[in-house]
Amino acid sequence: MNVMDTRATSAMLYLDGVHVSFDGFHAINNLSLTLEPGEMRAIIGPNGAGKTTMMDIITGKTKPDEGTVLFDGVTDLTRLDETRIAELGIGRKFQKPTVFESQTVQDNLLLALNVDHSVKGTLFWRGSRAESEQIDKVLETIRLTDARSRLAGSLSHGQKQWLEIGMLLAQDPKLLLVDEPVAGMTDVETHLTAELLKQINKTHTVMVVEHDMTFVRELGVKVTCLHEGTVLAEGTIDQVSSNERVIEVYLGR
Amino acid sequence: MTPHMLTRSLDRGATIFLAVVVACGILIPLSNLLLPAGSFLQVPTYLVALWGKYVCYAILALSIDLIWGYCGILSLGHGAFFALGGYAMGMYLMRQIGSRGVYGNPILPDFMVFLNYSKLPWYWYGFDMFWFAALMVLIVPGLLAFCFGWLAFRSRVTGVYLSIITQAMTYALLLAFFRNDFGFGGNNGMTDFKDILGFNVQAEGTRAALFALSCLALIAGFLICRAIVSSKLGKVLIAVRDAESRTRFLGYRVESYKLFVFTVSACMAGVAGALYVPQVGIINPSEFAPGNSIEAVIWVAVGGRGTLVGAALGAVVVNYAKTFFTSGMLAPYWLFMLGAMFILVTLLLPKGIVGTFNAWWDSSKERRLAEKTTSAAAEDGVTEAKMAEEAQ
Repeated sequence: MNVMDTRATSAMLYLDGVHVSFDGFHAINNLSLTLEPGEMRAIIGPNGAGKTTMMDIITGKTKPDEGTVLFDGVTDLTRLDETRIAELGIGRKFQKPTVFESQTVQDNLLLALNVDHSVKGTLFWRGSRAESEQIDKVLETIRLTDARSRLAGSLSHGQKQWLEIGMLLAQDPKLLLVDEPVAGMTDVETHLTAELLKQINKTHTVMVVEHDMTFVRELGVKVTCLHEGTVLAEGTIDQVSSNERVIEVYLGR
Repeated sequence: MTPHMLTRSLDRGATIFLAVVVACGILIPLSNLLLPAGSFLQVPTYLVALWGKYVCYAILALSIDLIWGYCGILSLGHGAFFALGGYAMGMYLMRQIGSRGVYGNPILPDFMVFLNYSKLPWYWYGFDMFWFAALMVLIVPGLLAFCFGWLAFRSRVTGVYLSIITQAMTYALLLAFFRNDFGFGGNNGMTDFKDILGFNVQAEGTRAALFALSCLALIAGFLICRAIVSSKLGKVLIAVRDAESRTRFLGYRVESYKLFVFTVSACMAGVAGALYVPQVGIINPSEFAPGNSIEAVIWVAVGGRGTLVGAALGAVVVNYAKTFFTSGMLAPYWLFMLGAMFILVTLLLPKGIVGTFNAWWDSSKERRLAEKTTSAAAEDGVTEAKMAEEAQ
């Protein structure tokens, strides 16, 4: 792990001059972005703007060709793999809800808990009161207490999204990356999800990628609009949505 | 294994399975040895040996189910680990022959004399001692699996690509073991065994003991697998099987988990092979044939993937069918029947015999539970109505 001598930045997440290309296609182009500790940021942008690729870079799935990606001011994420980055405290919710369908809701949360993840540790694992209390708390937060013994595969789409957010909570990372949390949700579920994220943001730094503008507006946080792998506009939702270029490439006239 | 792991791993299916294996392991050898030959209840010696072979296959099937059913690693080369364990045992048995061989050489096995070896190759040292051979039965397959898995899983080779390279592995070993100068008896392999631990391998008592030992190994293997899959590690394995990259993003080192089960599984397959060889009396390179490994995967699929009990059952059922059908007029068509069985199971019983039974059992249990609640509710209704009447 490459730890710098001094903290290079106070930011929780610091991206500077990041480039990635796939077979000549520039997915990320000189992307620079900072996220302060405790901040919640919404990322918007048209399809192919590089939102998911950016999350892939932060979580170690994709290695950037050049540029700096610093976590917590000291750790260079470009040199680490997914497991190590997850251990450092970055959690990710995927675009398509990805829960362990053949296991129960509470087992999904148990797997997500931020405890010993070694082969030996899990082989000789015995449940503890602290662990089950934490699971109970998360179940309550995501409103799935009654469904705890059901198989995750039998949940509705919205419930799966929540379960995945719950898994993030159980993981208790410093930074949460949430990719399209309200895709396929009803209006009520969308509203509840916004509430849930706001509650999570009280104790965690959060980055949300979302297309649903009503939802983004409801979050009421700073917005960054990406386009062709670079930052097009940044500011409040009103500033960004009145930006000429944003209207042209994303919101439509 | 700690006590809480043992209690956690024994559900009803597991207990029934263990009871059956224990009963077979005790009753079959006793009936063979104690009852008079030809009596109705006496199990003839040839059947003891045959069933002993099935039990070894059941252990191999368990080892495949552990990695395929629970971790999604489809190894089409597990026969190689089985054969390596078998060869390690074969080498011990060869050295036990001593000067009783055709050529009467006290050190060199017959095939080495025949092939003009002047001295014992270094890798045959130590195999005259049982404990050393027994250790190699575990270490050789385990080490190969560890090295192979380390390379494959670290490079994230998964799915069908992994299956193909496991096939290549067993095929490469097949070709290597066919060579006379490889030092393992070439095409003919090893046979004509005399003693194991001082007991005549052909004797009824030895055969019965080997059968009982195979049952014991099946029980031990089953308990180890159950302990693994019912621990939290088992949940991680299923998570890897169902959503590998998700597991990685939760902070699990997926390749370590795969390497662990793959190595454990290879050691189990090695033990199965080692018990198989003295019971069938021969080990040759055909045990490495890719077809053998594929057949073992079919046993697991027929019995029910991811159930452990099903894997063992599948191995016995398919091999019983094989023995039954290859001895009559249908013999030339056995491979067609095996293929048909696989297709039928895939189409009609995708969860295998035990998997389908479990699903049926669960749903009927739910139905009974639902009926109970509705009838209880109806009774409540009646009492409420009565109480209302009485109140009036």
